[in-house]
Amino acid sequence: MTKTIAEINEKIKKGQAVVVTAEEIIEIVAQKGAAQAAKEVDVVTTGTFGPMCSSGAYFNFGHTKPKIKAGGGHAYLNNVPAYTGWAAVDLYIGAAALPKDDPRNKIHPGEFTYGGSHVIEELVAGKDVRLQIEAYGTDCYPRKHLDSWINIKDLNEAVLFNTRNAYQNYNVAVNLSGKTIYTYLGTLKPNLGNANYCSAGQLSPLLNDPFLKTIGIGTRIWLGGGIGYVAWQGTQFNPKVSRLESGVPKRPAQTLAVIGDLKQMSPKWLKGVSFVGYGTTLTVGIGIPIPILNEEIIKYTAVRDQDILAAIVDYSDAYPQGKPDVLGEVNYAQLKSGEITVNGKKVPTAGISSYKKALVIADDLKQKIKKGDFLLTEKVADLPSAETAPAPKPFNERPVKEGK
Amino acid sequence: MAEKKVVLIFPKQKIDKPIVYHLVKDFNLTFNILKASITPDQEGHMALELDGDPAEIEKGIKFLKEQGVKVEPLSKDIKVNWDKCVQCGACVAICPTGALYVKDSKTMEVAFDADKCIACELCIRPCPPRAIEVHF
Repeated sequence: MTKTIAEINEKIKKGQAVVVTAEEIIEIVAQKGAAQAAKEVDVVTTGTFGPMCSSGAYFNFGHTKPKIKAGGGHAYLNNVPAYTGWAAVDLYIGAAALPKDDPRNKIHPGEFTYGGSHVIEELVAGKDVRLQIEAYGTDCYPRKHLDSWINIKDLNEAVLFNTRNAYQNYNVAVNLSGKTIYTYLGTLKPNLGNANYCSAGQLSPLLNDPFLKTIGIGTRIWLGGGIGYVAWQGTQFNPKVSRLESGVPKRPAQTLAVIGDLKQMSPKWLKGVSFVGYGTTLTVGIGIPIPILNEEIIKYTAVRDQDILAAIVDYSDAYPQGKPDVLGEVNYAQLKSGEITVNGKKVPTAGISSYKKALVIADDLKQKIKKGDFLLTEKVADLPSAETAPAPKPFNERPVKEGK
Repeated sequence: MAEKKVVLIFPKQKIDKPIVYHLVKDFNLTFNILKASITPDQEGHMALELDGDPAEIEKGIKFLKEQGVKVEPLSKDIKVNWDKCVQCGACVAICPTGALYVKDSKTMEVAFDADKCIACELCIRPCPPRAIEVHF
């Protein structure tokens, strides 16, 4: 029994498609078997809502009179620097950007109260944002200064463009040292005081299609409460990690670069967040529909928390020093139980990615597809596979010596 | 015997007067100081857990109020702004008393039990959306 995306879309248009979430499919496949379930179910929806640092937005704010060329100058949005290496009135703001006068970690751990991610959230929320530009002035773009309020509704284009999102699996962070450490996976108490993980597990998009059989360039997705697309593989994309027999990777593996119209998105699903001692990042909501083309695909989507293993990594030494050491592997059912055992010690766990909100996303996408408001797309091209992807390389440091 | 957690707010003209020891001496109460801060030219704040005869606790609190000390229940102290909360678990890992906890292991919903909160404020900064607020 096989189906095509075109056939599924016909059913969606008629309001006849059978759509379930990646949580609901588990029970359906357990009861009916994969073959029968693949006949009955057309789409499985996934979701994730977690901090994704390699996120940002670009926009075109329209030409001023007289004209100004931000390119090559300096630009600030609510005092947060934006990237100006483009033409006259295009800017990119990254989630991790910080105001020049932010004290950062001068008094450790720093607060990181406001950064690029918060600017993006405020823009999406329709709030006025202060734009300041220092330009050098040219014959065709004579203006040198601009200090003005801008609003997303007045921008020509406002586009969320995230270069690495939706990590397929992630580390479980612990702290073996004797002092509290402050990481992008949260505050980690000393001597294995807590273990923080960051994946939606059985709901996570790429864990439901571990070999990216249905997800590729051009795949339409639920992004930030609006519509987005897979633009490319995300950075640090690594399909070569060791996998379970089911195909589920045991280490952080594949990622997505995603793009979508910021104007349609919601501040509820693009949240500026601050990790004490680390910095700012954007908590992004993503949902990806998996078309049930055949029995193989439905088996992937029936993955359960207990079938997904994650590596426990010491963030006081192994992670920062780039050592491959892993303290063990645990599954997501164990992580969600609130306690795991590491080095013989019982350690309380906490999720940094929100399972509750991931459920809301998967359900919202399901409702949109059922109502015919969201059609599936054929991928335009495959993302690299373990066979075709180059092996990811660490930095090849070649120190520069003076005079050479 | 009863137990009650309160926040005492001392007006600046009272911060140099010995007041709290009367709770022991006159009302036979024991107290555990959960948190205290007194800044010159500002109000003093003290979070106390009181233990003793319920009637004596009430008398002790009445005495404090007569001395010009504002007394509020500790549960008022820490609030979660649920509109800001992203429902991650960063606070759950940090909270020493289980006041911030996962309510439902199926949906992993994070909830706040004000009765268990001792207002230590350890959760304030580790909360990524800074959704936990201190109210005095």
